[in-house]
Amino acid sequence: RKVIMADDKDVLRDVWFGRIPACFTLSPEETTEREAEPYYLLLPRVSYLTLVTDKVKKHFLRVMKTEDVEEMWFEYEGTPLKWHYPIGVLFDLHASNTALPWNVTVHFKNFPERDLLHCSSNSVIEAHFMSCIKEADALKHKSQVINDMQKKDHKQLWMGLQNDKFDQFWAMNRKLMEYPTEEGGFRYIPFRIYQTTSDRPFIQKLFRPVSPEGHTLTLGDLLKELFPAAICAEDEPKRFQVMIHGIEPLLETPIQWLSEHLSHPDNFLHISIIPAPSD
Amino acid sequence: MPSSLLWAVDVYGRVYSLSTAGQQWEHCRDAHLEFKRVTAVQQCCWSIACDHNIYLYVHASEVPIRYQEETYENQRWNPVDGFSDRLLPSDRWQWSDITGLKHQPLGDFQLPSENWEWEADWYIDENFGGEPTEKGGWTYAIDFPATYTKDKKWNSCVRRRRWIRYRRYKAQDTWVKIPSEQTESLPDPFNDITCGGWEITEEPRGCLALWAVSLQGKVWFRCDINHHNPEGSVWEEVPVPGEVVQISCGPGDLVWAVLWEGHLLVREGVGRDCLKGSSWVTVESPSPGVGVVHVAVGVNVVWAVTKDHKVWFRRGVNSHNPCGSGWIGMVGEMVMINVGLSDQVWAIGFEDRAVYFRQGVTASELSGKAWKVVSVPRDSERSHSSASASSLQSAGCFFGGEVRLQSQASMLSDADAETERAGGEVVPTPEIGDAPKPRIPKVTSDSFISELVSDREGQISRCDVPPAGPSIPEEDHPEKELEDRASPAQVLSPSQSGGVDPQWSNVDLEEAQTHLTSGPGGDAAETSSLSSVATYNLALEEPYGLDEPPKWAWVSGGGCLVECHTQLNWFNSSTSTALNSSMQAMSLSITPAQTAAWRKQIFEQLSERSKREMENFMHYEQAIEQSVWVKKGTMQWWRDWKPHKWVDVQFALEQFSGVEGNKDGILFIYYTFNDEKKYLHMFINEVTILVPVLNDSKHTFAIYTAERTKQRWPMRLAAATELEMHDWLALLSVSCCDSRGIQGPPSKQAIWSVTCKGDIFVSEPTKELEASPYPTPCAQISLGVVWGIGYDHTAWVHTGGYGGGFFQGLASSTDNIYTQTDVKSVYIYENQRWNPVTGYTNRGLPTDRYMWSNASGLKECTKNNTKPPSPNWTWVSDWTIDYAVPGGTDREGWQYAADFPASYHGNKTLKDFVRRRRWARKCKLTTTGPWQEVPPIPLSDITILPCGPKSTVEQVSLWAISNKGDILCRLGVTSLTPGSSSNYGSSWLHVGTDQPFKSISIGAVHQVWAIAKDGSAFYRGSVSAQNPAGDCWYHIPSPTGQKLKQVSVGRTSVYTVDENGNLWYRHGVTPSYPQGSSWEHISNNVRKVSVGPLDQVWVIADKVQGSHSLSCGTVCRRLGVLPMEPKGHSWDYGIGGGWDHITVRGNAMEAPRIVMPSLTDNQTATRPLQTSNQPEMNGNPVGC
Repeated sequence: RKVIMADDKDVLRDVWFGRIPACFTLSPEETTEREAEPYYLLLPRVSYLTLVTDKVKKHFLRVMKTEDVEEMWFEYEGTPLKWHYPIGVLFDLHASNTALPWNVTVHFKNFPERDLLHCSSNSVIEAHFMSCIKEADALKHKSQVINDMQKKDHKQLWMGLQNDKFDQFWAMNRKLMEYPTEEGGFRYIPFRIYQTTSDRPFIQKLFRPVSPEGHTLTLGDLLKELFPAAICAEDEPKRFQVMIHGIEPLLETPIQWLSEHLSHPDNFLHISIIPAPSD
Repeated sequence: MPSSLLWAVDVYGRVYSLSTAGQQWEHCRDAHLEFKRVTAVQQCCWSIACDHNIYLYVHASEVPIRYQEETYENQRWNPVDGFSDRLLPSDRWQWSDITGLKHQPLGDFQLPSENWEWEADWYIDENFGGEPTEKGGWTYAIDFPATYTKDKKWNSCVRRRRWIRYRRYKAQDTWVKIPSEQTESLPDPFNDITCGGWEITEEPRGCLALWAVSLQGKVWFRCDINHHNPEGSVWEEVPVPGEVVQISCGPGDLVWAVLWEGHLLVREGVGRDCLKGSSWVTVESPSPGVGVVHVAVGVNVVWAVTKDHKVWFRRGVNSHNPCGSGWIGMVGEMVMINVGLSDQVWAIGFEDRAVYFRQGVTASELSGKAWKVVSVPRDSERSHSSASASSLQSAGCFFGGEVRLQSQASMLSDADAETERAGGEVVPTPEIGDAPKPRIPKVTSDSFISELVSDREGQISRCDVPPAGPSIPEEDHPEKELEDRASPAQVLSPSQSGGVDPQWSNVDLEEAQTHLTSGPGGDAAETSSLSSVATYNLALEEPYGLDEPPKWAWVSGGGCLVECHTQLNWFNSSTSTALNSSMQAMSLSITPAQTAAWRKQIFEQLSERSKREMENFMHYEQAIEQSVWVKKGTMQWWRDWKPHKWVDVQFALEQFSGVEGNKDGILFIYYTFNDEKKYLHMFINEVTILVPVLNDSKHTFAIYTAERTKQRWPMRLAAATELEMHDWLALLSVSCCDSRGIQGPPSKQAIWSVTCKGDIFVSEPTKELEASPYPTPCAQISLGVVWGIGYDHTAWVHTGGYGGGFFQGLASSTDNIYTQTDVKSVYIYENQRWNPVTGYTNRGLPTDRYMWSNASGLKECTKNNTKPPSPNWTWVSDWTIDYAVPGGTDREGWQYAADFPASYHGNKTLKDFVRRRRWARKCKLTTTGPWQEVPPIPLSDITILPCGPKSTVEQVSLWAISNKGDILCRLGVTSLTPGSSSNYGSSWLHVGTDQPFKSISIGAVHQVWAIAKDGSAFYRGSVSAQNPAGDCWYHIPSPTGQKLKQVSVGRTSVYTVDENGNLWYRHGVTPSYPQGSSWEHISNNVRKVSVGPLDQVWVIADKVQGSHSLSCGTVCRRLGVLPMEPKGHSWDYGIGGGWDHITVRGNAMEAPRIVMPSLTDNQTATRPLQTSNQPEMNGNPVGC
């Protein structure tokens, strides 16, 4: 019998190689020696802003004085962008249904301490990423899989993400996606639900892929329990969009399948719930 | 793995079987009788019916059970009549057996029972020891008894000839009564029966032990049951020291019986010389005062049930200690218990009479983990639920485009609904659902450790598999699920009963849909086989109420093969696992889950998203540059210059994006020479061959480039561990493929080869070796159809996928990769020398071989230090003496010889001073690969019609030889879609022969040649596309004094290899006389030959000169093969080392795709073979 794991490589590749075209402009508040040209970049949806913007930083530093430069941070239409959310989540949450490229404003001053975490180096991102993976595996396998891995395996996951090596990453990540057949799925699904309309950073609860009665639970079941407002009756106008990786999966999609195929590299299923466009 | 059957009898005496691949109990309808007991093994099932007679059910096989009767006609010469049947009074009978002692006229041969039939009339055997005789089949001698020859001489005074006739067992797939021939000694009827013992001996083939208990408590043993005598001959009484009520016999030598008083008897002395055993030993009941009522034994386990329904496990039982060491109480209340293959356990619950399976039984934890109820419906019930469920599905929106077809199905089920209602207004899924809750097996994890030690944590950490969350009681699953599944059907029932309304499916659409969302997976699985809809009418025969779950009386798993990786669909036949199982479903068709709307939606949206977010922005810079990826490691390298030695090196593979975007790489080897750091490198796009090299002490592999092949000097490297070597090979192979832009499955023209370690490599004629890591000692291809055979003789068909095994996670296609298992034996030899004082001992001479060694005696191999062939293989048995050694053995397995090394024989003579015996231990491989198993007949050789690439043949001729030597012709193999199910064929057709065969090959115009086990060659006449099996065999004399071993037929050429390594070419083969006239010697030291569809000749040769230490198993190609010169003129020696099998039969390249540099122009006879994959060698023979 086939090993139980992500059984559809195309989806995994599409998810991994998702790119968002972004246009980085320097904030007008910044003082420059000469006018700063915008910088265009294809951002990997599954990566982190501060991990993939070295080029942006270099680009703008050329027109700035070193004394004017503090830690770089990003903002979109007034909202500071949390680098520790995957890029795709930030985009889905704040900029879905807007014209592309995504206009991101770059700041080097006035770091919004209340909203953002500091990110002094890539090791901070790595620590964050690895802690997410560990948390996810604690939910999925009581940490058994991640603890069985060696240090170099952990490194391989991180290096895979950092260098955009799909094969390198998945050679290891597939182990995190396995589960015993008879259990029908992970112990709990690692997921986070984000919304713009609330102050809570995200919703996260224990949720099993299979009901006590043995039903396969779906995205709809998850939302019914955690965000009922996202599910509308047939006759109602749609109030919310439920976005994962920029798409809206059907509510009957099994949550286990989603977790295996549409999770970010940090092994969490990041679900963005945004108000439906009014048109 | 082929499916196998679990047998059970319900309380009404009806016999059912459940396939490991199935999801319902199939009623064994042909039995009009009611049964009390069944005992199953893989090939048959024995039973006691309520009429107290014993019945046998032999499974039909595509290879019939046939028995060869023979008798000899004897004649003597006299001057008057010449040879005549007038013999001297002192002579033997005119018709006799081979010894002449028994009178056997043709007319005296009777069929042993009415279950046999004659295949044809008597005929004369014209084959004498592998040589054809003259017409009439006479063999001559000076006198009886003497040595016979096929030629008549001046002093030949007597002659004889052999008559043969086949009888065939016809009572297959049906219950037949075993006549109780000894009525006087069988005064009372049978009460219990058990069958086993098939692992004790392989001689005679299919030998079984059958034990029975009569009502008076006597024990009987059925003699002489084997493959050729499935019914056995007589009952023999086995004296017992008490009154026996029940008996159980395992696959090996365990036999236990229950005494009336509740104690147990253990049979001792059971062995290959004495299946019946010699004596009984008593074992006390586990519970004082409460006697045993039932016992069940396996290979290394004994389970018992006491009067209070408690279940007991016997510790420490094995072949050497059949009594075991102690009882352990288990959880659960059962009425009976049965042990099947691999010591898996089935039981029938006391309260609910349901069949339970013991979960988690492994070789290391024989007592298992938990009882799990087998909750599948019986076939009659199944039709109800599936009919309603499938119409339900059609009402849903999943298959919107097919509403017509589906509603037809639901019309059918309307008829069904009638019968259903006739049975009363009941829940349409009358399964375990509304059964009284099975109170007994409450604990989810009750391995005996947890029963003895109440430390849960400790127990969990012992488990290999993460245990099920203890908070969910397992046994709650099936019931609730079933209820849930039942409910939509109930909803539909009213509209079905009002079935006149043709619109109903539209009306119910919404309703059905809401139910579907509650459990789509379950319905999908339900309807995955729509054909089950057609079985509805069987329900009419159900005399009993359907609202109760089946109550079982007896279960037998002796023929049911379940292993730890086997996935059974027996337990949660509903929602929770249905989704999973459908996603993993191994059928080649698309599973419902894959077509599910949500899935399509995700695919579509993702591609829309990519378009939206990326299409217009591809000119943007990528945030992450595709940098160089380096993999480093340490390895040993066989130094290129003298003195050659292994030196430690750093090894690095750098991969980067090449000019046109395809990946490329460079291989670096950093070494130190005279304290100076140096390196050498190799471009991945120049690498032509990667091959693991057989080496006892190191894990080595060789890398060839065109240049290095020319120099006959590959780069040889050794990794620290086998695993590391496989990692590197996989990585290098992938990067080689990447650099050449090879992706996906191998093409039709690929050359396939197998290493001595059983890994398969595929070489594209123009490109690169791609390793496919499945061990298969034999593979044959044509027209994109690829079949292979495992060490355990299992046949596999290539699915068109690629990767698997050590490719996992790197470059596997995820479709069409299946789990593969293989079993083979590892052999070691125990050697002893005789000395006058102590006789044979393990004290050898100082010059002698190791007392425990490999076959050659050169390497020490003890029981402890001998490991499975690679880490992927694991031991699955203990060391046992192997009696099936060529040359025969004595009763203890010894073979004798005058000295080491010499030829060994099975009986001791005065001249013998040494002896040896072979020990075998089975090991098993579980891996994955693009191969699918072809059950059920084990094969030893296989051949497929070779063809040019342009020809389109609908029906591909495929012939095979079973591991017993039967010749088979596969029907229904087509090449329409390579790697699809059409390659799989439909069934085997048995082609009758007079002796067992070992090699077979079919040529391009259906010339079928075969080699018998006695070394003689045969040609099959009249084989054509219209008559795929041909009509008769022509015996072709072998080259003088040689026994042939292997044959390969190309377009017209016929080549054979004999046992002494000679390669022979068949002369005079013409379309009008395809048998040819004589054999011509071509070469020696040849191990295997493969002739391609253009008559290309490739061999695996030994002792190839000048190939350094890699001389064993070198691939060579015949040069100068032209249409008018099919023999060629010389050899081109190629890749050395470790090849075991090659097939070029799919390689029909008409012209070279790439014109290679002038290397070939100035070639000499000994010019090294470029590589196996250079195109000119395929093109040359015909391109000129």
